[in-house]
Amino acid sequence: MEKRYIEEAYDVVVVGAGHAGCEAALATSRMGQNTILFTVSMDSVALMPCNPNIGGSSKGHLVREIDALGGEMGKNIDKTYIQSKMLNVSKGPAVHSLRAQADKVEYTKQMRLTLQNQPNLTLRQAEVTELLFDVIDNKKVIRGVKTFSGATYYAKAVILCTGTYLKARCIYGDVVNYTGPNGLQAANHLSDSMSEAGIFIRRFKTGTPARLDKNSIDFSKMEEQKGDEHIVPFSFTNTEEDIIRDQISCWLTYTNEETHKIIKENIDRSPLFSGFIKGTGPRYCPSIEDKVMKFPDKNRHQLFIEPEGEFTNEMYMGGMSSSLPEDVQYKMIRTVPGLENVKIVRNAYAIEYDCINAINLNQNLEFKDVSGLFSAGQVNGSSGYEEAAAQGLIAGINAARKLQNKEPIILDRSVAYIGVLVDDLVTKETNEPYRMMTSRAEYRLLLRQDNADLRLTDIGHEIGLIDDVRYEKFCNKRNIINSEIERVNNIMVGANKKIQEFLEAHNSTTLKTAASLAELIRRPELSYEMLAEIDPDRDETILTKDIMEQINIDIKYEGYITRQKQQVEHFKKLENKKIPDDINYDNVSNLRKEARQKLTLIKPSSIGQASRISGVSPADISVLLIYIQSYNS
Amino acid sequence: MNDTIVAIATGMGNSGIGIIRLSGDKALEIAGKVFKPNNQNKTIDKLNSYHAAFGHIVYDNKIYDETVALVMKAPHTYTTEDTVEFDCHGGIKILKNILELLIKLGARVAEPGEFTKRAFLGGRIDMSQAESIMDLIHAKNDMAVESSLKQLSGGLKDIITGLREKILYKIAYIESALDDPENYSLDNFPQELNETVDNLLITVNNLIKSNDNGRIINEGIKTVIVGRPNAGKSSVLNMLLGEERAIVTDIEGTTRDTLEEVINIDQITLNIVDTAGIRDTEDIVEKIGVDKAIDTINDADLILYIVDGTSILDENDYTIMDKIKDKKSITIINKNDMNIIVDKLLITNRINTNIIELSAKEGTGKTELCNILKSMFFNNELNYNDEIYITNLRHKNLLFDTKESLLKVKESIAMNMGEDFYTIDLMSAYSSLGKIIGEELEDDLVNKIFAEFCMGK
Repeated sequence: MEKRYIEEAYDVVVVGAGHAGCEAALATSRMGQNTILFTVSMDSVALMPCNPNIGGSSKGHLVREIDALGGEMGKNIDKTYIQSKMLNVSKGPAVHSLRAQADKVEYTKQMRLTLQNQPNLTLRQAEVTELLFDVIDNKKVIRGVKTFSGATYYAKAVILCTGTYLKARCIYGDVVNYTGPNGLQAANHLSDSMSEAGIFIRRFKTGTPARLDKNSIDFSKMEEQKGDEHIVPFSFTNTEEDIIRDQISCWLTYTNEETHKIIKENIDRSPLFSGFIKGTGPRYCPSIEDKVMKFPDKNRHQLFIEPEGEFTNEMYMGGMSSSLPEDVQYKMIRTVPGLENVKIVRNAYAIEYDCINAINLNQNLEFKDVSGLFSAGQVNGSSGYEEAAAQGLIAGINAARKLQNKEPIILDRSVAYIGVLVDDLVTKETNEPYRMMTSRAEYRLLLRQDNADLRLTDIGHEIGLIDDVRYEKFCNKRNIINSEIERVNNIMVGANKKIQEFLEAHNSTTLKTAASLAELIRRPELSYEMLAEIDPDRDETILTKDIMEQINIDIKYEGYITRQKQQVEHFKKLENKKIPDDINYDNVSNLRKEARQKLTLIKPSSIGQASRISGVSPADISVLLIYIQSYNS
Repeated sequence: MNDTIVAIATGMGNSGIGIIRLSGDKALEIAGKVFKPNNQNKTIDKLNSYHAAFGHIVYDNKIYDETVALVMKAPHTYTTEDTVEFDCHGGIKILKNILELLIKLGARVAEPGEFTKRAFLGGRIDMSQAESIMDLIHAKNDMAVESSLKQLSGGLKDIITGLREKILYKIAYIESALDDPENYSLDNFPQELNETVDNLLITVNNLIKSNDNGRIINEGIKTVIVGRPNAGKSSVLNMLLGEERAIVTDIEGTTRDTLEEVINIDQITLNIVDTAGIRDTEDIVEKIGVDKAIDTINDADLILYIVDGTSILDENDYTIMDKIKDKKSITIINKNDMNIIVDKLLITNRINTNIIELSAKEGTGKTELCNILKSMFFNNELNYNDEIYITNLRHKNLLFDTKESLLKVKESIAMNMGEDFYTIDLMSAYSSLGKIIGEELEDDLVNKIFAEFCMGK
């Protein structure tokens, strides 16, 4: 008999309080929607069950974009970081990436507090087991959810952010725990209810390395990895001074041939290789056994030993995720320099879980076949905290906008890494957990981490997640940048003695004729800052470090930026060719069968998106273009 | 907003008039820059729609041709855009020069079929016509790749594909190194890339040069005259031309380079290349000519094989027959004003060819030769393709784009820019090359479809 009680009504239900769920719930409640956020455990809000850091190559971009749109992740890591580093600084500005080590416990606490203090938001510990929906005009419409206890919560929109919890099982060797990450309770019912709602469920896997006891590690055999002397905050609302603190080091060591020998000898005991684990794992975040088997020529792999927090002795072992049995884990880890006598605190394990196929979602992250049901994060087949948070934010924004009868916010690939992420997920069928990478962004010189605010704050303000005070401050910054760039382009300096001496002093070629300040800034050996002494009109009081950075980048890389913008124009032409929602691909004669199936399944919104679907050829696109032209006229 | 396209709208044969058509937002502006009317009040900007004026095409103090300019204003034109037509006196060289002038001033070479495409997109063609267009496309869909590639010699396609693979490999390597610095090192990469780009540039420059050397005037049946030295190749060419153009001497090896002529035989346009006599030679200059002659054969639609009828076949003749055995050919036994001793059976046993005897010196046998040509043409043994010219000019422009992008890569390397900057221009080069072979998935896809039909309209 059906148990039914505690019937409550909300605008939005968010299922799961991981990185996606937190952003989603904060976005909807901040946009004025009465929201309830469910978690299986109040102690695991915004949990970091794997690596103890936020950001890194391309993921750092996502976090800064989340911040520019008014999300929380950047602010939360700024509050709780214990080390900060700008990666790839020897390379161009497009691939500079911010990464911060987090105090995991503190990260959870701070995020939980933010959620608890957020008006319009209720945080509730309960397992959601069932989706409730109506069928209106042959289309499923979400009505709410039911919890394990039988309580019903009605809602106009539901956002699934279930992470890796659905029918999760954790495995190492022949040991299987039917739990979510970190021994937390799995959610064993919801995916059945999703299946019943017609949602296709598949199975992915990922993994995490062992945690080690700091007191059992000999750090003298490792290379110290310190944080940056000058740090860049993730949030555009913070300055370095706001968040500066003492930093804690990480440590670098390596596997060796002995390690690899042990892995090879025991490979048949790995559930990944024996076939016991059926889920598909990520190629880009491989386990150590994957790496050893796939790169047989490499005689060592990097390992990063990273603190899990300030008030714990647990150390994370980056680069060594594994599902080998416990005894093998011990053996292989102890071959590593500095870890000869190490004690394992928690074993490495692989985790397998149910997830959906994101091609069943629209670009706004709403299910194509269930109105009002949104989905974000690892359940969409992605991997990583930042990828999850980015999707959570987008799903939250679009759920709220749907309830407000507003157009969805869809960032295209030329605007943000978030746009690339969402477009890839809903367009390209990925058969492994999707990880953000710089190479996935075609226009990355424009999508830098340093200009995320310039790209996205307008949107954040328009949707109501950036308040007027912050927006005004941002506009002021933008104005200064633009007028300074114009000014240094127009100010000419002559080949006089002062200038020539200045140039000589900086090992720069002297001038033959007059040149603009911008031309001098363009020289590799010079910069905007250095020109201060020959630029008396400069108003130093309005300049900040990030303003000067923008001026330098804009001027120094102007040619490249212009060319990349031309490529974007080309791209936009195809994106702007919209495909009508009600198109019936059966009516488009001459499409090949595979293309017809894929197009019907994915329902691309533009010709550009259609052209990115694998299995749709140029000839199919041509046929489609002609059909649409005649359809529109 | 549509960019402005230009093309030679008349056929490529030697017709009395050649029409150049401009269409697009800047058609009037661009035409205005080059058209100098005889009557000062009839400049392009002063002409009403569907009015014409007589004058000259002049730019930079250089007179290109006498012309009648016809102005048609949007939306009542075939393409629904502003359109200007110049009726010129023809002469393919002149038309081509005018075309290139207009491109320099901001127009773009029309893709084959692009005027029709614009008409369609502008709503000038109705649905039933559109459907028949689609059927046409459908009919060709399976062969689409093949047919678009027909316009390229197979070799060129292979070269372009090879270039793209090399570029893609470099891009992929940079991307891998950015995402996985542990396993992919960028030490010494700039130097390696610089070398690769240098090699790519050599190939691209050669392609551009080959385009300059005559591939571009490729509007007729590509006909190549071959024969051993002094068999009378130049004399045969002169007979066909009706005037003395090639240098004719009795000294073997006089024609040291390939010569090109366009001739018209009863509306069949032959684009004739006279080659150096093919023989084993030590003379370096002559050897270049000989090698080139052999290359030219590979590209030819038709071979005119000239045999000296007054002597027996020698080893050079056998070499030639080997080279031309897979080609459509006419074998001309020359010098039949003298005693013919050559054994024709030795030829017909070796190659499949039409044989005719004539005397180029006396000018006899020309009519018979023309009849053979005509019958081959009308029996569809010879293909006449007037799209190649346009396609090639488009290719040339894309090759220039490629070259420019590759030079930018070198510039970035020289300036010690980070590796990720290289990918911007490498990607542009990759994409420009992709457009040549129709593998680039971008907004010129519709163009590809419309490339299936003829471009004059």
